[in-house]
Amino acid sequence: MSEPRLVEVRRNVLKQNDVIARALREQFRAAGVFVVSLVSSPGSGKTTFLEKTLTQLQPRYRVAALVGDLATENDAVRLARSKAPVKQITTGTLCHLEAAMVQNALRDWDLHQLDFLFIENVGNLVCPSSYDLGENLRLVLMSVTEGEDKPLKYPTIFNSADVAVVTKNELASVVEFDWNAARTSIQSVRPGMQIFRLSAKTGEGMEEYLNFLSQQLTEQRAVARA
Amino acid sequence: MHELSIAMGIVDAALEEAQRRGVQVSAVHLRLGVLSGVVKDALMFSYEVACQDTPLQGSQLIVEDVPVVVFCPQCHETRTLPSVQLFQCPECGAPTMDVRQGKELEVFALEVQDDEVQGDRVQEHDVQKSEVKE
Repeated sequence: MSEPRLVEVRRNVLKQNDVIARALREQFRAAGVFVVSLVSSPGSGKTTFLEKTLTQLQPRYRVAALVGDLATENDAVRLARSKAPVKQITTGTLCHLEAAMVQNALRDWDLHQLDFLFIENVGNLVCPSSYDLGENLRLVLMSVTEGEDKPLKYPTIFNSADVAVVTKNELASVVEFDWNAARTSIQSVRPGMQIFRLSAKTGEGMEEYLNFLSQQLTEQRAVARA
Repeated sequence: MHELSIAMGIVDAALEEAQRRGVQVSAVHLRLGVLSGVVKDALMFSYEVACQDTPLQGSQLIVEDVPVVVFCPQCHETRTLPSVQLFQCPECGAPTMDVRQGKELEVFALEVQDDEVQGDRVQEHDVQKSEVKE
């Protein structure tokens, strides 16, 4: 055997995922569909929030959702009540979605028939941050019951997100949620991030957030046409 | 915990490079950004598991932590962030999201020895030949 030596290789470990994500993003652009991914901890109210989003966008837009879950199809069943097309991606033991799973799940869907596609990631604030899914917007969700310092505990996922939604606002006074402290922690890990404060249950604040989504879709299509 | 699938990705990448060059790998050098979303300790453990029953079994994973480097729009300088909980210039306090470094998850280099069958002849060219890839 010869002496050991160092060889430079420079390989991005997630290259395969990034390549698929890029292809997906291009596919979404070509089809004119705006894709939002949702990340949050388990139990933050992601599914209720998504159900309300789908229901309230439906009169005006064609919407659909992919839902990642470890084992059950409960979320897909709940979301199907919105009457939007919903597909479950059961990840087994995997704690996050990867671009290839999204690609597989979308194989038999005609994206041209959609305005919005939502991808609900597995409830987890760590692992999903590493994987680009080709989404146009990554939305991080936290509920008022989780505490104002959640963003400081999970800076990477908040930093990788484009907008933050603070939900369960109907419980804010019960848990003495300090809105300024929450806003400060979000802005600290992700300066300039737009924040929506709402209650999926009562509908408070939903309109502003839905208008924001409409605007994003219009902007994306204007760019695609240009 | 997604470190096992990351570790398997590292092993795959290292094996592919090793086979292409006809070398044996004794250590894998990884650049790991603080913002990569990967936990180092979990990765070290997972790496051993991922190497089992592959030609990389017994090899070492050497991790270089890459801090977050941002560009400060006020100072017009790149700055290293002391904490990922505060995305602002450590000098002037200006908030910034212009991240220049810290998301890396990259097999940077391999410590190798030539396979006996292949001999030593190729070794001097190896470094030059290894083109930089994304």
